Amino acid sequence: MSAVMIARKVRKWEKLPGKNSFCCDGRVMMARQKGVFYLTVFLIVGTCSLFFAFECPYLATHLSPAIPVFAVVLFLFVMAMLLRTSFSDPGVLPRALPEEATFIEMEIEAANGNVPAGQRPPPRIRNVQINGQIVKLKYCHTCKIFRPPRASHCSICDNCVDRFDHHCPWVGNCVGKRNYRYFYLFTLSLSLLTIYIFTFAIVHVVMRSVDSGFVKTLQDTPGTVLEVLVCFFTLWSVVGLTGFHSYLISLNQTTNEDIKGSWSGKNRLQNPYSHKNIVKNCCEVLCGPAYPSVLDRRGLTQDDLPVPASTAAQSNPVPQTTKTTAPLIPNEHTPDDAKSSIADSAISHAEKGSPSPKKEKPPTPAKVPPLASPETDVEASIIIAKEKAL
Amino acid sequence: MSLFLSSLCISLLALPHPFFSDTPPLPYLSYYSLSLPPQFHNLQELRQSPSLATKVFIQRDYSEGTVCRFQIKFPSELGSRIERTLFEDTVKTLNTYYAEAEKVGGQSYMEGCLACATAYFIFLCMETRYEKVLKKISGYIQEQNEKIYAPRGLLLTDPVERGMRVIEVSVFEDRGSSGSSPSSNVSSGISQR
Repeated sequence: MSAVMIARKVRKWEKLPGKNSFCCDGRVMMARQKGVFYLTVFLIVGTCSLFFAFECPYLATHLSPAIPVFAVVLFLFVMAMLLRTSFSDPGVLPRALPEEATFIEMEIEAANGNVPAGQRPPPRIRNVQINGQIVKLKYCHTCKIFRPPRASHCSICDNCVDRFDHHCPWVGNCVGKRNYRYFYLFTLSLSLLTIYIFTFAIVHVVMRSVDSGFVKTLQDTPGTVLEVLVCFFTLWSVVGLTGFHSYLISLNQTTNEDIKGSWSGKNRLQNPYSHKNIVKNCCEVLCGPAYPSVLDRRGLTQDDLPVPASTAAQSNPVPQTTKTTAPLIPNEHTPDDAKSSIADSAISHAEKGSPSPKKEKPPTPAKVPPLASPETDVEASIIIAKEKAL
Repeated sequence: MSLFLSSLCISLLALPHPFFSDTPPLPYLSYYSLSLPPQFHNLQELRQSPSLATKVFIQRDYSEGTVCRFQIKFPSELGSRIERTLFEDTVKTLNTYYAEAEKVGGQSYMEGCLACATAYFIFLCMETRYEKVLKKISGYIQEQNEKIYAPRGLLLTDPVERGMRVIEVSVFEDRGSSGSSPSSNVSSGISQR
């Protein structure tokens, strides 16, 4: 009896743990709460639309056509930076696979020695020396790893993020190693855009009032009032934020470290990551290499492999979905590892010659994905033949 | 919502360009975590079904900061399987590659400035230097596995598949020994963990 199971393509982003939401088949990665992000987009697009509708025609004719052109360029840059910050992977560290987690647990137990019953075990901390300074690495119980230096666990997204700065609801994502420069450029360009619109809105009102009077001007271009209001309140917050991040960059610190006071100087703790030179720090943060994502979001999981006709007379084909819903530790590689432990026992069963319902599993791992080289296909067919013979 | 986002994506093309994007995962390396016998052994050895005995993890070396560097300490579990110098050479070469990728110098400035001037759209067409080096690294690991590690029953996993946290070395059982009870070895290996 044969049963052919063809599973749909399942990409790895669908199996990623954590509280992110994905769009465009894994290309876009954001936090779950996106309401404030939509507000940000609405405010920027709305204010700029009002500017283009009310101010630009007058200013282009009476002052210079370069004014709206520059506004358009600035607006596009702001939107590009915002979307880049919001949609990209901030530098999420994938969770430890079961073997790695157990390896780390063993190391911790070895380091702690025997803890008498009833006593709380000591906190899981690893000390490393960085540029001559002792830095404590904490153990993350969710991700089952010792967090690298400067990494932190975001409780909103439920991920450890490398060089974690902060979780920004305005962009709907964490700000970390990979998207910090886009975030900074977003705040910088948004400050410039806000100042630009505010200035030219005032100029426009003044110039028009000279011609037709203040009240009539406001009646002709009601959008101006709204723009000035929005820009006025935005200015203080965004310009302040840009200044704050410029300060952090010059010291090579993250918001997280600043809030916790990690390098405030108490206990003679100094920032071991700083080059003690403002220019070097700025260059490292803003002009450093563009780190690629280590989350394989768009890779295919095992589920996409079509399972061949079942070997022995097993009439209970295990549906593909159950393999993926049996996590040992929920993470992107769980299906592989669940299968590997099953396959291990399956191969041993096969050698003993005893049939078991799990015999169906070996053909699946043995059926190597499309990019397998000819040798693996040969060995896969040999294994399948072996199963059939038993 | 998705329509709005996708239209914005298309019009502004501000999508990130992840390293893995549309390409399938690395051919066979990621599937070695299953107990597939290493393909470079000959078929005779395959029939004795070597299975995964244990995994050794080489940790990161943070002494020089957050740059990607792995410890060159030789793990004791590999003592009998491979020569120390060979293993240390592999790790040193990997460290050199990563240092080259993360170097903050003239080329990274040029890349950064050019990318900023194009609002980072250029990353949609161009591979970053880091991605190029990562491809070189995966080629190197593949070559090392073919030439050195697979014949000794070992397998290196590319660190990028483990979040750049560890170099995972899968140790397969010695083919000469214990053909009869691999299950007990595997289960005892699991229970030891």
